[in-house]
Amino acid sequence: MIAPKPLRADSPRSERSSPGTQLLLRYLQNLPPYRWTQSRLVKWGLTGRSAAVAVPYFWLLLFFLVPFLIVLKIAFSDTQIAMPPYQPLFQWAGEKVLTIKLNLGNFLFLVEDNLYWKAYMNSVKVAAISTVLCLLIGYPMAYAIARADATRRNMLLMMVILPFWTSFLLRVYAWIGLLKTNGLINNFLMWVGVIDQPIVMLQTDFAIYVGIVYSYLPFMILPLYSNLEKLDLTLLEAAADLGCRPFKAFLKVTLPLSKPGIYAGSMLVFIPAVGEFVIPSLLGAPESLMIGKVLWTEFFSNRDWPVASAVAIALLTLLVIPIGFLMHLQNEEARAARR
Amino acid sequence: MNTRIPIFRTASLVLGFAFLYIPILSLVVYSFNKSRLVTVWGGFSTQWYGRLFQNEQILDAAWLSLKIAATTATGATILGTLAGLALARFGAFKGRALLSGMTTAPLVMPEVITGLSLLLLFVALEQLIGWPQGRGQTTIVIAHITLTMAYVTVIVQSRLSTLDDSLEEAAMDLGARPAKIFFVITLPIIAPALISGWLLAFTISLDDLVITSFVSGPGSSTLPMVIFSKVRLGVSPDINALASIMVLIVTIGVVLAGVMLSRQEKRRQKDMALAAGTSTK
Repeated sequence: MIAPKPLRADSPRSERSSPGTQLLLRYLQNLPPYRWTQSRLVKWGLTGRSAAVAVPYFWLLLFFLVPFLIVLKIAFSDTQIAMPPYQPLFQWAGEKVLTIKLNLGNFLFLVEDNLYWKAYMNSVKVAAISTVLCLLIGYPMAYAIARADATRRNMLLMMVILPFWTSFLLRVYAWIGLLKTNGLINNFLMWVGVIDQPIVMLQTDFAIYVGIVYSYLPFMILPLYSNLEKLDLTLLEAAADLGCRPFKAFLKVTLPLSKPGIYAGSMLVFIPAVGEFVIPSLLGAPESLMIGKVLWTEFFSNRDWPVASAVAIALLTLLVIPIGFLMHLQNEEARAARR
Repeated sequence: MNTRIPIFRTASLVLGFAFLYIPILSLVVYSFNKSRLVTVWGGFSTQWYGRLFQNEQILDAAWLSLKIAATTATGATILGTLAGLALARFGAFKGRALLSGMTTAPLVMPEVITGLSLLLLFVALEQLIGWPQGRGQTTIVIAHITLTMAYVTVIVQSRLSTLDDSLEEAAMDLGARPAKIFFVITLPIIAPALISGWLLAFTISLDDLVITSFVSGPGSSTLPMVIFSKVRLGVSPDINALASIMVLIVTIGVVLAGVMLSRQEKRRQKDMALAAGTSTK
C-alpha cells in the first residue's frame, strides 16, 4: 500500500511562493494594535471585505463620476476672461439668496453653428465606415485563428496583440512615411508601373480610415476570436451531414452565433473612433472635421472651456446609446459564463 | 472543397498580418537610413540613434514618462485587483452595478472627454481645497490610474471567474481568515493576471497623449507629447530610431511574458491534476 501523500488542497506551491508574506502576516496579526484596530473596524461594520470594495469605489467616484458632473456644470456656465475661464453657476446674491444661473447659450451655440453639427456627422460617418472595414478585415482573421491548430493559436493571437503593445502614436506616425506623396506606397506603385503620378493619400479621409482601421483592428479581432473559439463544431458537422455546403453553413450557423462577438468588437472600434483626435490630426487634412479635434481646438486654442464642455456633453449624449448597449452585452455574456 | 477553405484562411491571415506589420517594419528599416529624407534610401547608418541619445528633451521626457508609467501601473494594479476581486467574488453587494459600470466606462470613453473632465476636476479641487497645486506629475498619475485600472479590473475579474473558488472555500473551512486566504491562495493564483495587468497599465500610461495633454502642466511634457509636437512638423529619422528601440523592447517583453505565462499555466495545471489525483485516492 502506498503511504497517503500529504493533503495538497492547501496548495504547497502557493506556500512556497510567498513564505515572506506569510511570515510578515503572522507577525502583524499577533501585534496588539492590529487586533485592536481590527476589533474596532469590525464593530463599525468595516471588514476587510468592505474596505476592499470601498477603496476602488471611492477612487472611481472621485475621479470618474464627479468630473462628469463638473463638466455638466461648466457646460451651463458663462465664459469669462479669467482663470478658470468660466463664471460660477451658483452665486450668493446678497443675504441667503442663492441664485443659479443656467446658461443654455453654449448648447444653442452648438446647434446654431453649422460647424459642430458637421463635425458630429462626419465623425459618426468616419467611425461607422472604419468599423465596417475593421469587421471585413478582422472577421476572416479571427475565424482563421480560431480554426488554426491549438499549438499555433497562441502564437497567432500574440501576433495580433503585439502591435497593440507598441506605441499607438508611433504606429500612426509610421503611416505618414507610407502614405506621403513621395512615400513608400507611391514609390512602390510607380516602380511597378501601376501609376505614373503619385496619388495624394496623406491628408485625405482615406488616410484617416487607414489609420483608424490599423489602430483598432486588434479590438475587433479579440472579441470575435473569443466568440468564434467557443463555437460548437458539432453544429457544423450536423449541417454538413444534412447536406449543407460549407459556405451556406457559415451563413446559417457560424455567422448568427458570432453576433455577440460582432457587436462587442464593433462597439469597441466605433466608440473610441468617434472621439478620435490623434489620427485625424496627424493623417487627415488640416480642415478635416472630427468632433474630438473640435473639442481639442475649443479647449486649447480658443480657451473656451464652457463650449468645450458643452461639446463633451453633447458627444457623450450621442454615445450613451452604444455604450449602454455594450454594457448590456457584457452583462449578458458574464451571466452566460456564470451559468 | 477542403483545400479551398484553408487557402482562404491562410490568405486572410497573411494579408492581415502584412497590414499590421509592414508599417512597423518600415519604421525600423528607415531608422537605419543615412538620408534625412525618411523615404529615400541613402545607405546604412546608425547616426540617428546617436542623435537620439544626445537629445536632452527626448531623454528627459522619456525618463518622466517611465516614472509616471511605473507609478501608474503599480497603483492601477492595486486598485484594479481590489475592484476585480469585489466584482468576481463578493456576490451581490450594494452598488455593484455602479462599480461595474464605472470600471467598464473608461475603457470605451473617448479620451478627449476623460481628459477634459479630469482637468476640470483638478481645477475645481484646487479652488476648493488647494490641492493639487498646479498640474504636473501627480495629476498625470491620477488620470492614468483612473484610465488603466479599468483594464486591470477586467483582466483580474475574468481570471477569477474562470477559476472555481474551491481552494478558497477549502481554506475558509479550515479556518483561515479572509486576508490570509487572499494573500496565501488567491494572490498566487491570479499572479499571472496581475503581471499582465501591470504591463498593460504601464504601456497604456507610457503611450497616452490625449489625457496627458489635458492634465499636464508646464515643465511636465511626457514622451508622447514631445513626439507629437515633433511629428506634427513632419517625419524625422530620430523618431524612427526611438520607435525601433521601443519596438525591440516591447517584442522582447511580450515574447518573454508569453513564454513565462504559458510555462506557469502548464505547471499550475499539472499541480491541479496532481491535487485532484491524490484527493480521489
